[in-house]
Amino acid sequence: MAERILAGTHFLNGDEACAEGALAAGCSLFAGYPITPQSEIAERISYRLPQVGGVFIQMEDEISSMAATLGGAWGGMKAMTATSGPGFSLMMENLGLGLITETPCVVVNVQRGGPSTGLPTLVGQADMMQARWGSHGDYGIIALSPSSPQESFELTIRAFNLAETYRLPVLVMTDEVVGHMFERVTIDPDAIELVERRPPNAPPGEFLLYQPNENLVPQGMPTFGDGYRVHVTGLTHDERGYPVIDAATQAALVPRLKEKIARNAADIIDVEETEMDDAEVVILTYGISARTSFGALQAAREKGLKVGMLRLRTVWPFPEQTIVRLADRVAGFVVPEINLGQIVLEVERIVCGQARVRSVPHAGGDIHDPQTIVTAIEEVLHDVS
Amino acid sequence: MSRRTKALPVPEILPAQAHPMQKYLRMDRLPHIWCSGCGLGTALSCFTFALDELDLGAEDVGVVSGIGCTGRIAGYLNLDSYHTTHGRAIAFATGLAVAQPDKKVVVFSGDGDLFAIGGNHFIHAARRNIDMTVLCVNNFNYGMTGGQYGPTTPIGSRGTTAPYGNYENPFNLPYLAASCGAVYVARWTSLDSRRLKEAMVEAIMKPGFTFVEIVSPCPTNYGRRNRLGDGLDELRTYAERSVIRHGADPRDADLIPGNDIIVGRFIDRTRPTFLEAYEQRIIDKQHFVRPQRMGKGPHRTSGATSTGGKAGA
Repeated sequence: MAERILAGTHFLNGDEACAEGALAAGCSLFAGYPITPQSEIAERISYRLPQVGGVFIQMEDEISSMAATLGGAWGGMKAMTATSGPGFSLMMENLGLGLITETPCVVVNVQRGGPSTGLPTLVGQADMMQARWGSHGDYGIIALSPSSPQESFELTIRAFNLAETYRLPVLVMTDEVVGHMFERVTIDPDAIELVERRPPNAPPGEFLLYQPNENLVPQGMPTFGDGYRVHVTGLTHDERGYPVIDAATQAALVPRLKEKIARNAADIIDVEETEMDDAEVVILTYGISARTSFGALQAAREKGLKVGMLRLRTVWPFPEQTIVRLADRVAGFVVPEINLGQIVLEVERIVCGQARVRSVPHAGGDIHDPQTIVTAIEEVLHDVS
Repeated sequence: MSRRTKALPVPEILPAQAHPMQKYLRMDRLPHIWCSGCGLGTALSCFTFALDELDLGAEDVGVVSGIGCTGRIAGYLNLDSYHTTHGRAIAFATGLAVAQPDKKVVVFSGDGDLFAIGGNHFIHAARRNIDMTVLCVNNFNYGMTGGQYGPTTPIGSRGTTAPYGNYENPFNLPYLAASCGAVYVARWTSLDSRRLKEAMVEAIMKPGFTFVEIVSPCPTNYGRRNRLGDGLDELRTYAERSVIRHGADPRDADLIPGNDIIVGRFIDRTRPTFLEAYEQRIIDKQHFVRPQRMGKGPHRTSGATSTGGKAGA
């Protein structure tokens, strides 16, 4: 019998590490559809889940993959799906169902170049705003961004934990290079902490499916067949879960879906600061672009430039307070990302003219040449001198 | 032309009393939203009688719906009920069914939801033989959105988006279900309440992907635009035209206005369910440990083995 947690040190790519992270987190259902560059996740988990009592099901498309993931979650399983851009677009419909029904699960997007079929085998980070806004309507969202196979493992576990804590689908926004990059991954079972599903806080008849706790999160989640007779609907609903189609019920539900993430942002946000103490320019980045940015940081430091890096392991919710605090004391921000400027918009909004903000865009298909980032740093310093 | 009849006046108003299957209904959600003369109330009622006959309760069965008039059925049933997105009920139910294999999962939805936007999920769930029952109320149009033509609208029938009459070939639902691998396929009209209830009992008890089509009036939209009279008139048509042909070849079961309505149990066969095949071909052969979730109750088995690739007789 194979072990659920692949303890020890291994040579894995980011996709495989993501699959192992899901297993370690207790995932027992994977519903997905083949797509490059995600396939190594599905292949690995189709091999591993049957060994540990889980179910792998290859669905007919990404629409059904997302829907089956939600169904499995209400059936009591920790469930995950994984895809890339085109499939992510198809998942937006039932991602919304997961958000309004507050269903814990994990969605992995191994980003490639878009739009449409775009660059199936080459890297992109251009789905970051889709991750925030892609499904219709208002809601809060959580999106994590690993920069290495080790982090693909760790952040996939964290995604499952956050999904259970805050009762929503959590996105792992990785990319083709991190997905296909092989590195050492060290797995210590004793260091893994898991959040399990909260059972209902009251017996059937007294329990309210969507009564929020002090963190604005529903009190507990009955499993199909527990006798709670839940009604789960994608319609606007009251605390019983019953559909009520009016403005008052909408006003009670939808702001809470947004606010439960905003109010708990301090607990969710996870950023890494590098050489920030004396930094005059901050490289703000995430995912694979943080790896190229680190090379740029070292090159700039060798030139005597005072540069630091703020790496977002959680992209959504956005670390507004950290950036507001930095905007008061640094000359500017440089934002490399493999898209034509998405997260930089959020930085500009928050910095609000208090410091320079410079995008380092890349249309995709390749990672940044670190020299382009160094040049951007020099330009920011030149502008303010 | 069909013989046109008008409904007779209701002879007496029945005194208000409890629905005999009230235990299965969310009474705080009633009255329902359906129009007078619609077949959905009958379909819902038959389902509750079927559950009662099987002595199934909230710990045994859950209902999944999509969007549309039929999609609202889940919300009236006092069971675990999941009202999902348009067309995705079967996909959602697939996750629910593999997570809880000892429980019964019923998808209750309409013809547009299941066979237009949801058609792909239907054919693949049937192919995989996921252990679920799909009950389709076929009213030949999109009622909720105002009477547009859909995947079952007969040629020549009118809808709000078929003002000159529909010219697209409709699906024959039992033939589609049988072709895709459903192990039980039946059709009844909403007039055949006792036989419909029996078909629901059979379909729910049979392991694997089972399908019952419920031909139903939609007097507000489809019936009105196609001059079929009110709900009772449509039921009279069912009485006049229905022909019971158990075991009929589903290819012969096209629904053509003016022709016989072929009803009955068309397919009843056995082949391994998705999870049976998974356990037999993977778990047992590889000597993996059977998961705990399989051990909670009397796990449903079709009696079939997965060694053969073809559906059994």
